[in-house]
Amino acid sequence: MIPAEFDYYAPTSVQEAIGLLQEKGPEAKLLAGGHSLVPLMKLRLAAPSVLIDLNRIAELRGIRSSDGGVAIGAMTTHSEVESSPELADRWPIFHVAGAMIGDPMVRHRGTIGGSLAHADPAGDWPAVALALDARMHIAGPNGERVVPAGEFFVDMLTSALEPDEVLTEIEIPALEGRVGMAYEKFRHPASGYAVVGVAAVVVTDGSGSCQDCRVAITGAGPKATRATGVEEALKGRPLDEQSISAAAERAGEGMAFLGDIYASEEYREHLTKVYTKRALLAAARSAQG
Amino acid sequence: MAKQEIRVTVNGREHRSEVEPRLLLVHYLRDVLGLTGTHIGCDTSQCGACTIIMDGQSVKSCTVFAVQADGSQITTIEGLAKDGQLHPLQEGFWEEHGLQCGFCTPGMIMSAYDLLQRNPDPTEAEIREALEGNLCRCTGYQNIVKAIQYAASRVREHEPVAAS
Repeated sequence: MIPAEFDYYAPTSVQEAIGLLQEKGPEAKLLAGGHSLVPLMKLRLAAPSVLIDLNRIAELRGIRSSDGGVAIGAMTTHSEVESSPELADRWPIFHVAGAMIGDPMVRHRGTIGGSLAHADPAGDWPAVALALDARMHIAGPNGERVVPAGEFFVDMLTSALEPDEVLTEIEIPALEGRVGMAYEKFRHPASGYAVVGVAAVVVTDGSGSCQDCRVAITGAGPKATRATGVEEALKGRPLDEQSISAAAERAGEGMAFLGDIYASEEYREHLTKVYTKRALLAAARSAQG
Repeated sequence: MAKQEIRVTVNGREHRSEVEPRLLLVHYLRDVLGLTGTHIGCDTSQCGACTIIMDGQSVKSCTVFAVQADGSQITTIEGLAKDGQLHPLQEGFWEEHGLQCGFCTPGMIMSAYDLLQRNPDPTEAEIREALEGNLCRCTGYQNIVKAIQYAASRVREHEPVAAS
């Protein structure tokens, strides 16, 4: 399996990468970890004439604290995110979701930014980014702009990135109060992708009721989506099994479901409710524990 | 595009080569360097037969371009035996009958090598998790797990943790 020919560039700065994108035009494609793009190129489902490899850009790697929250460089690998001590305490969802991606070799090369920019409907990070209300830092010819996760995923395999832009950093804002978070996934047994994945973040007060929550679903439909009906149903209610079960019944409201040979639309709709409940129960336990 | 020059160190030996950008690392290792111990199984980044160690981490060499390996340190299955002595992992696969057809074995061993350098005393569950990206169609994995347990205990005997 030999990909079509391409010209290869390995810039060492974001500015240089943007310059190359402008110069080479729409036929150029950015290469991050390569674990979505290279398989597509081998099958010749993708045949970009120019590849701009981001792996030599040191400024795109690493995790740093930022304004009470944390900022993750777009080229930080799944395995670095999964095992990061900076994330482990306050954002344990990164360890949980990271460890469910692919396999160790995929996690050694694949990157969080590559996964988000690819906007695969069955990717894990899009749900986590939505549930944490992440802010996507994007660099382009006219400087930087910030897009909230809620506006970043446009459609299947389509993000808000323009052709001459680079996703540079994923900023995770600080969360106030007693916070719990969880990611629950029905993993496709062959590919490891999410048939359905649900990320949940809950904030509670001393009384055990839900002050705030965010729930995001991946795998079920053409793009990762917030389950706003579930969130509304749970806010102000006690974080117990009864309220969570009732709220989770609203998961999938207004969503378009995907169906395939492995899981029909009806089955994905069912799984969405089941995994929403599981994720909320786990998040509630971690907030109260 | 014109070929690009790369410099890689494979099993301790430095190589300089001119490669087409589209050349996959696995094809570079096998066809240019003649290191055919690294296998190509699925070609769709799923089976793990092509697993090698690149800059200290296991990677699927069918999903990396050779140009991307410029400047890196690579270990393949051929780099494990030293002075005619099998690596404990190779010995383990021999002793515990960890293979039948043998096609997946180089990838299994390189994934296990990656695991043991991070975790010299893995549980059975940790071994099975570490092999998530390596497919074997013959053994049912049972003896592969035993082979890795054998190797882990050999490595611990030979390199005991220094007394604190």
